[in-house]
Amino acid sequence: MGTLMEEIIAAHLGRSVVAGDTVVVPVDLVMSHDTTTPLVADQLARLGRGVKHPERAVVVLDHVTPAATVAAAQQHQRCREFVAGQRIGSLLSDGICHQVLPEHGLVAPGDIVVGADSHTVTLGALGALATGMGSTDIAVAYATGETWLRVPATIQVRLEGSLQPPVSAKDLVLELVRRLGSDGARYQAIEYTGPGAASLPMGDRMTLSNMAVEMGAKAGIFAADEVTLRWLDGRSDRPCRVVTARDPGYSRSEGISLTALEPMVAPPPAVDSARPVRELAGLAVDQVFIGTCTNGRLADLAVAATLLRGRQVAVRTVVVPASREVYLEALRAGYLESLVAAGVAVESPGCGPCLGRHKGVLGPGERAVTTMSRNFRGRMGDPSSEIYLVSPATAAATALRGCLTDPREVV
Amino acid sequence: MARVWRFGDSVNTDQIIPGRYNLTTDWAALGRACFVELRPDFTSGVRPGDVIVAGEDFGCGSSREHAVIALQAAGVGAVVAPSYARIFYRNAINRGLTLLECSDLGSLADGAEVELDRISGVLREASTGREWRARPLPEFAQRIARHGGVLELVQAHGGLRGECGPDCGSGLAPVPGGESDVR
Ligand code: SF4
Repeated sequence: MGTLMEEIIAAHLGRSVVAGDTVVVPVDLVMSHDTTTPLVADQLARLGRGVKHPERAVVVLDHVTPAATVAAAQQHQRCREFVAGQRIGSLLSDGICHQVLPEHGLVAPGDIVVGADSHTVTLGALGALATGMGSTDIAVAYATGETWLRVPATIQVRLEGSLQPPVSAKDLVLELVRRLGSDGARYQAIEYTGPGAASLPMGDRMTLSNMAVEMGAKAGIFAADEVTLRWLDGRSDRPCRVVTARDPGYSRSEGISLTALEPMVAPPPAVDSARPVRELAGLAVDQVFIGTCTNGRLADLAVAATLLRGRQVAVRTVVVPASREVYLEALRAGYLESLVAAGVAVESPGCGPCLGRHKGVLGPGERAVTTMSRNFRGRMGDPSSEIYLVSPATAAATALRGCLTDPREVV
Repeated sequence: MARVWRFGDSVNTDQIIPGRYNLTTDWAALGRACFVELRPDFTSGVRPGDVIVAGEDFGCGSSREHAVIALQAAGVGAVVAPSYARIFYRNAINRGLTLLECSDLGSLADGAEVELDRISGVLREASTGREWRARPLPEFAQRIARHGGVLELVQAHGGLRGECGPDCGSGLAPVPGGESDVR
């Protein structure tokens, strides 16, 4: 009896748990990436231990890939040495970790996944308990195959109605972050429920789970259903432990009508500052960026390509597919051709400019409109530059006009 | 005597160590970049053992553990705030950085001289004698702190499980900023 969090943890322990309990649980998958693996390797070396279950370990090179500097190249060398030395099961360099883990079938519903990256919560879209941790916690998970957790209380987010394009899951989650606040779910989990949740495709679920951490949450989870199983079909042959919430007790319940939403923008420097795009329409913009683990998937690129097809962007625009799979599918569907013809710089899969290291770094005072998840000061480059968070449709409409634009005006 | 460095609400890990400076595991380099953009005078002024006093949700955002290392390498002795983001909280405890959870810190000014008793979790302002008492850490975090960090706990017990005995730590948190918790 319990929330998805309680049920998943209970299934791993063979006994029931309730929110507030502190438990040591076995983990099904442990992940670290090019920025965090070197610290993890240092901590494992201090501990004098190796990776206990190499087949349940994965290292992803995604944050600065291909390497943009000698320092980044050296970090990649350290990651490769670590993977070889520990005989780690998977070394992936074909996209952002949170996108390629599920694409490679490494995550199944009911799993407990820990990753050395805060957006590991993205994998909650598949019905897994997935959470981000620091390098020392991940070193311990590698060494012991276990982690310690406080069973979180859960906030229910009940979704009703259906999204009215060009309004998207990103607008929904920006509205949710505004309502709950950037620490509104701290030490808790978010469970997305209701008919609106069931209607969302996997990509939208990932966007919602992804930004759970922007409310301070330990996890943002959907119950696995037909949509999940269909998405996993052909990717994973792991047996699925489809866990369901049974008579769950929630700490809070928040209802949102998808039908009533409108395009939203979160101006800097706080993620919970969202307001309707129309209130800030016309704002001058220096760069548009579409990509990241929040919104770099096929459907996101499709929206941008459809809007920009046969037209020209009015401001420099960078598109980075979240993974090679997304890149290939977008190529086959003709999206990339439409984008390149419209004047967009399409870059190779990875995090790209999301953390200000390459492929579109901002100069002093520059303003970017992007599909990423964080608008922290200086994240994309110079500390005086600005980041406005929007949906792919709003980003594409903005690229077209050269100023912040409500996508309903151009479709 | 330690000096107080005041910060506001929601200080994120990008502000503690921006993503353009954390492409290294070199302690000295991380220490030099601590608050490099948010408070450029910080690294030149901070003295070993100084205390960060901040608002709600300190350490939100990225999971980068470089943020804890940057604070430790810069010489920060402890962070005092009403609440912390969960990943930062774990990272700090895991690496033996002292965190105090205290409310009503509003009157404690930047530059104030304070004394910190890590064992009782009491912060005392020298000029006024005012005291703040920290809420105790959750039990598992206390276990980790008793060992001086989670690696030390795993080393002592062979894993995360098991009960702590009299040999487990001395009951004292390590002295942050010193060599002991750097290694
Ligand atoms: S795309 Fe951005 S938010 Fe996502 S993992 Fe990469 S750096 Fe982090």
